[in-house]
Amino acid sequence: MAVEHRTRTAGEKEPRTREDGSRSGTRDGGPAGGGQWFGVLRSPLGCCAAGLLLAVLLLAAFGPLLWSGRAAAVDTGRLLQGPSGHHWMGTDNLGRDVFFRVLVATRLSVALALLATVLGVATGLVLGVAPALLGRRAGRAVTAVVNIAVAFPGLLLALFFAVVFGVGTQGAVLAIGFATAPGFARLTQTLVASVSERDFVCAARVAGVGRLRVLTRHVLPNIAEPLIVNATIGAGSALLAFSGLSFLGLGVQAPSYDWGRLLGEGLTGIYTHPAAALAPGAAVVIAGLAFNLTGEAVAKAVGIPTAHGIRLPPPVGKAAAGKAPVEPEAAAGPGTEPVLSVEGLRVSFPGPHGPVTPVRGLGLSVGRGESVGVVGESGSGKSLTALAVSGLVEHPGTVDADRLEFLGTSLRDGEKKTAATRQLLGTSLAMVFQDPMTSFNPTMRIGRQLSEVAEQHLGMNRRGAWARAVERLREVRIPAAERRAAQYPHEFSGGMRQRAMIALGLMGRPALIIADEPTTALDVTVQRQVLRLLERVRTADGVALLLISHDINVVAQTCERVLVMYAGRVVEELPSDRLLTAARHPYTRALIATVPHMESDLDRPLPVIPGRPVTPGQVPSGCAFAPRCPAARDRCHTDDPRLRVSEPGHRIACWYPHTGATVRPDEQLSDPTTEAGGRP
Amino acid sequence: MSELRFENVTVRYGTGRRALRAVDGVSLTVPPGQVVGLVGESGSGKSTLARAAVGLAPLASGRVLLGGQDVVHRARGGGHRPLQMVFQDPYASLDPRMRVGDSVAEAIPRTGPSDGAGRRAEVARLFDLVGLDAGHALSRPAELSGGQRQRVALARALAGRPSVVVADEITSALDVSVQGTVLNLVRDLQRRMHLGMLFISHNLAVVRYVSDVVAVMYLGRIVECGPAHDVLADPQHPYTRELLAAAPQRDGSAWADTGQGEGAVTEVDPPDPHHVPAGCRFHPRCPVGPLVRPDRAECLTLDPTPGSAGRVHGAACHFAADRLPPPGTAR
Ligand SMILES: Nc1ncnc2c1ncn2[C@@H]1O[C@H](COP(=O)(O)OP(=O)(O)OP(=O)(O)O)[C@@H](O)[C@H]1O
Ligand code: SF4
Ligand code: SF4
Ligand SMILES: [Mg+2]
Repeated sequence: MAVEHRTRTAGEKEPRTREDGSRSGTRDGGPAGGGQWFGVLRSPLGCCAAGLLLAVLLLAAFGPLLWSGRAAAVDTGRLLQGPSGHHWMGTDNLGRDVFFRVLVATRLSVALALLATVLGVATGLVLGVAPALLGRRAGRAVTAVVNIAVAFPGLLLALFFAVVFGVGTQGAVLAIGFATAPGFARLTQTLVASVSERDFVCAARVAGVGRLRVLTRHVLPNIAEPLIVNATIGAGSALLAFSGLSFLGLGVQAPSYDWGRLLGEGLTGIYTHPAAALAPGAAVVIAGLAFNLTGEAVAKAVGIPTAHGIRLPPPVGKAAAGKAPVEPEAAAGPGTEPVLSVEGLRVSFPGPHGPVTPVRGLGLSVGRGESVGVVGESGSGKSLTALAVSGLVEHPGTVDADRLEFLGTSLRDGEKKTAATRQLLGTSLAMVFQDPMTSFNPTMRIGRQLSEVAEQHLGMNRRGAWARAVERLREVRIPAAERRAAQYPHEFSGGMRQRAMIALGLMGRPALIIADEPTTALDVTVQRQVLRLLERVRTADGVALLLISHDINVVAQTCERVLVMYAGRVVEELPSDRLLTAARHPYTRALIATVPHMESDLDRPLPVIPGRPVTPGQVPSGCAFAPRCPAARDRCHTDDPRLRVSEPGHRIACWYPHTGATVRPDEQLSDPTTEAGGRP
Repeated sequence: MSELRFENVTVRYGTGRRALRAVDGVSLTVPPGQVVGLVGESGSGKSTLARAAVGLAPLASGRVLLGGQDVVHRARGGGHRPLQMVFQDPYASLDPRMRVGDSVAEAIPRTGPSDGAGRRAEVARLFDLVGLDAGHALSRPAELSGGQRQRVALARALAGRPSVVVADEITSALDVSVQGTVLNLVRDLQRRMHLGMLFISHNLAVVRYVSDVVAVMYLGRIVECGPAHDVLADPQHPYTRELLAAAPQRDGSAWADTGQGEGAVTEVDPPDPHHVPAGCRFHPRCPVGPLVRPDRAECLTLDPTPGSAGRVHGAACHFAADRLPPPGTAR
């Protein structure tokens, strides 16, 4: 399941980088399963294709039972006639009804095509998995043979085999089966190779699981979907090919008949009564399409969700927020006019038990040239907040806010999003994502991807845009920028790609850079470079920065202000230089204490936060942190604390905030030995 | 109990002009029952070394020995698997379609219990060992949290009754609040079962917390290796010092600037492993190297690796302190 990853500047295409199916499947739903297959029926095309396929199969099953008599009936009075009331599609040279003959021929045509496909798929599968089972050398030989076979055009191969196996039904089945096998072998090899490199297969091998078992238990189940889909599409092609062979007289022989033969017979009289040729021709096309389209539709439903446009749906009512009370947080208004101002932001998704709201009334504001950090565990809604702000929440998610303003322009009314707003987002808002590899188009030169932005949003010409791209790359300290601009993303190292991503954001005239875990995939030395670069850009160009990270150290060292998120809300906001000394919310303090650092006490277990993060569908009533909070009292379980100012620049959502000073590194949050993981 | 020893291990990827040595003549020992922490930037070859140990990357030369025996030959047969590995991403390392209990069960060696009940009991024992409720055995990975999944992965590794476990960035895909519990568990298991461990991480604070020995890798080579406390307190190689400087500090300050010259050299990109710099591999980035101090020209031409055995922590740097000869021996 190849997922096409691309990302552009915010405001253009969809940026949500999805990892492979297993990962996206593991987040919320189960693994890609039966449910998705039925997703086919949701699209009109898929519905039609599946209906058509069902009709063809039914016809194949019951056609001969119902109409073989009428198809064989000889009407000597009406030889080679055109369409009439008696014979809708006319008659053939023995006066037999063409229409019924076409209907009856469905069974043979479809059955032979399926037989050939099964043969092709089975052969392909054997050849395809052979390299994985055989040793290295034998595997290579098989791969080489397949590669040679694939290089021949399929039809040529089919004709060749038809001659080899001899004229007749059996020969044609073998010919088409073997002609499709190389393609399937190649496909299987590619799929097997890609799955074999996945960690869980490696893990099984390291654990001592045998080759055959790895193949049957781990590899094949995980490539079954694309194989079945391609087999369906292949059946359509086999149908066409078989008709071709029969038409040429190499396939089905009299007295049996399939569509190809009917077509051949009909063709002799094409000028006098075209219907006799058109009817089987149409049947071939329709049945072929039924297979092909169903396959394509399933591929779409199972595989890649296609890019949805940017959508800010109309606000959902408060009822949609589920049982959790949704109270907007007041945004902290810094003195200057904010670049970004958000109040009461809610992001909801439809769930099996009603909508879930991972972001529940969040407020934040970023001043010009300010750097604001957002920390929180996974699932706290950090990334969704970033996506919502840039208008990139995918369908069926809905975004709703009391206020959502970027540079004074409201982004709330999604329906009326004008070209001007999109332009504003495109040039003034830059997004940097966690994995720069998936954020660039792997088939385009880096420089081209950068210059495209300047062409589109700043109306520059190609040469000017390229020059600007090189200049930007130089600015982010890419060595030998001219040469590097002409390279492809895979030729960049991780740190360089991340810097190129920042350069991409700088191609417009950004007022705000939103960086979502920009350094998580990088190691410390490169991380420092990237963070310093962001810092330099911010101070040099007055660009505001919203930095999202799970790493409290990164945020503390990069940003002026820190927002701590828990369960879709801000629970504490304070200047970052006071984070380690003056944090008061129990969750913030727990986060600080739990991260190992260079002075952690080596003789005691690390402090841990007991329990699990909140699942968006099951937010506890009262304070969301109460079940894990060492300071919780009765009130916490019933009343939801609002975010309120405790002192200038410091806001807390807690009934019983900590009053002591510094977070001691060894502050015990809980006795780790009683935590689920630890044991005495 | 057996030690894991890499002897002059080289792993090559690609052929011809695209060939690169991801691991280049590495010798490293994981003593029985000890944790060796391996740090280094991405692309330095840490994971390749780990994969070479468990046979997922072919050795171009050198040997990997476990208790004196070549691991390649030991891996055959259905006996216990003395060398196991835990992967970085528990989302990826468990088959999404398989119940986690089955994933663990299939790693139980054939010499272990063979009947269904015996194997189920063994799975329950392993789950118990990693602090998971045995009821989770019927779950699929998607139903577990990241921390629970990593516990399953640990249980699977322990199923082979290993004496050494290779752990490749096992906490970096986990959430901060879960990372601590998994680290505690790893430390606890390692001590109780007296496991040897090769613990790979790019996070120095994490490595410091679990390791007895720290090895620093740069561009396919170990550039410094020694007792964890010594290496962190008195780093010999400039790259180790860089790593330490970049590690998060707890005093709330921004990163300590390591002084003049920095910025100019540390912002240089990690070198291209296809074109390894001549002389000392670190010289294009070295803040005390030839690009900053012209008098150190030898770094440009002379490889410091051959003489490293004679220096403190085996540092691959011409200017690292020399190892004092043990008293009473002549060199
Ligand atoms: N497309 C989606 N459909 C349904 N739920 C979603 C979707 N995207 C995110 N969620 C849910 O919203 C919650 C918050 O997700 P988000 O990605 O913002 O978390 P995060 O704090 O950025 O976590 P991480 O650090 O893992 O990236 C999660 O529970 C997630 O499962
Ligand atoms: S409100 Fe109560 S439960 Fe919530 S963080 Fe504060 S003390 Fe803990
Ligand atoms: S040998 Fe020279 S360049 Fe290499 S680390 Fe030492 S001082 Fe730096
Ligand atoms: Mg995220």
